Amino acid sequence: MAGSALRADVISETRAPGLDAGQIRGRRLREKLFIACGLASTLVGLIALSFLLFDLAADGLPRLSWDFFTSFPSRRASAAGILSAWVGSVLVILVTAIIGVPLGVAAGIYLEEYARRNWMTNIIEINVSNLAAVPSIVYGLLALGLFVYGLGTGRSILTAGLTLALLILPIIIVATRESIRAVPYSIREAAYGIGATKGQVTRDHVLPAAIPGVLTGIIIGLSRALGETAPLITIGALTFIAFLPDPPITSEFPFISFRWLFDGFTVLPIQAFNWISRPGSDFHANAAAAGLVLLALTLSLNALAIVLRYRLRRRLQW
Amino acid sequence: MREKAVEIVLFLCAASSVVITIAIVGVLVYESLAFFRSVPLILFLTDTVWTPLFANPRYGILPLLNGTLLTTLVALCVAGPLGLVAAVYLSEFAAPRVREIVKPTLELLSGVPTVVYGFFALLFVTPLLQKVIPGLPGFNVLSAGIVMGIMIIPYIASLSEDAMRAVPQGLRDGSLALGATRLETAFRVVLPTAISGVAAAFVLGISRAVGETMVVAIAAGQQPNLTLDPREPAATITAYIVQVALGDLPHGSIGYQTIFAAGLTLLLITLIFNILAFWLRARFREAY
Repeated sequence: MAGSALRADVISETRAPGLDAGQIRGRRLREKLFIACGLASTLVGLIALSFLLFDLAADGLPRLSWDFFTSFPSRRASAAGILSAWVGSVLVILVTAIIGVPLGVAAGIYLEEYARRNWMTNIIEINVSNLAAVPSIVYGLLALGLFVYGLGTGRSILTAGLTLALLILPIIIVATRESIRAVPYSIREAAYGIGATKGQVTRDHVLPAAIPGVLTGIIIGLSRALGETAPLITIGALTFIAFLPDPPITSEFPFISFRWLFDGFTVLPIQAFNWISRPGSDFHANAAAAGLVLLALTLSLNALAIVLRYRLRRRLQW
Repeated sequence: MREKAVEIVLFLCAASSVVITIAIVGVLVYESLAFFRSVPLILFLTDTVWTPLFANPRYGILPLLNGTLLTTLVALCVAGPLGLVAAVYLSEFAAPRVREIVKPTLELLSGVPTVVYGFFALLFVTPLLQKVIPGLPGFNVLSAGIVMGIMIIPYIASLSEDAMRAVPQGLRDGSLALGATRLETAFRVVLPTAISGVAAAFVLGISRAVGETMVVAIAAGQQPNLTLDPREPAATITAYIVQVALGDLPHGSIGYQTIFAAGLTLLLITLIFNILAFWLRARFREAY
């Protein structure tokens, strides 16, 4: 390998009379310089991320204590906590997952396995890729006009969950389609060959083989929903919530209550935004601490998704 | 029979995405039409003052549009060169092992919530910039734009890299065989070949910056400002929507309708960029 590279050098130097050794060295040098620049540009994002983490940790770490997780927001910065925010985030994400995941996966399965090549399919496909590019705040406007005032679901956990479910739908659909497409056709043919119906092939063979990729898409979608702020502000999510939603489990029959769906709420990113936008720096430490919690959650979800994808890609080879 | 039922249910799920689009357009157009009944479209597009919540309201979208495009321009100045160089490096120079580590890390960056980026812009980048540029106000376009640029680097880099990697190896081999260095090959052969794919990546990056909300709402200020100076504060379309949504405006009032008109403008701008990107990519695919 090294030998042939060396010989190539000799050839290019002897066969190119117009270029002297200095010029060639100059071209090589330029290439080395570019590689250094390339590496630096690639790392800019990473460097920014580490600065960001460092900055958040420096401001927010002192505020992170047990009390911070078990206290409601307060007018005094030192007493304020994120109890209502993280409970709200958990409940909203729950609603988002319950609505968004089945809908997205089903749509993905339809488009990849069932859809015939016709104008209807084309419209749906173009439409999904367009939806993925719609700014998130526009989903907030949709929710404000349609859910809050149109259907009268109010500024509730249900509205927020629905909004975010619509927002992550394209992400889940695209991920589902890509992982289903990666399932080799021979698996389907083998199943058809022994008499399985289309539904059975899809349910028992295609979907299990595609599940890692689908799961990755779901995790990335939910992590996106967790960090989303703008659409929830638009539906008018309150920022000062010093109460918890109605408990989902009650002591009387039927023991399950869905009243929490219609309660007001706040979520972690909104709480963080609220604290950032207060004048004075008292609340900035709280904002940093809340941001740190949020960042830890979304980054670990994303890391999980990435690890999942790369490990399974290596293991599954057809 | 059951098979058919399953197919119909799945089809309805897929069709729901079309319903969402119709609903988005429907809601925005419906509320905007109410708005344009009181404010003529021509005034909306040409008036240079946006003060819809004042006693003497003026409804010119230009200052907000200006804020949006200015922050996007700053972001592009940051993300364009860096993203492109990173993409060329990843596609043409990086060893497979380096790429295997870097790509997932870039994906990780896109998982950072935008509100955290906003915090970073307001409380880290702005103070830093204030040391270099004396007299820089606490809210300014520059800081928000820079952070937004950092935010879209992975996006531009990753999409551009995909486009460049799709260039057939034969073209590179031919260039190298003629004595070009890898750098010369990258910029004179690979990049020109992949140019429409790379351009599509840029356009999608722009579209994302235009629709970005939290960074600008936090760090660029809430003051509509018709300026070309990135050191000044300027509200964007998205920041205005956030501002209005935070102060509880009564449903059906003209103030409430303004955010839908602003949202429709935003949707149209991003739609134009997305169609442009779609067209560019289709062209790229045609070539190979």
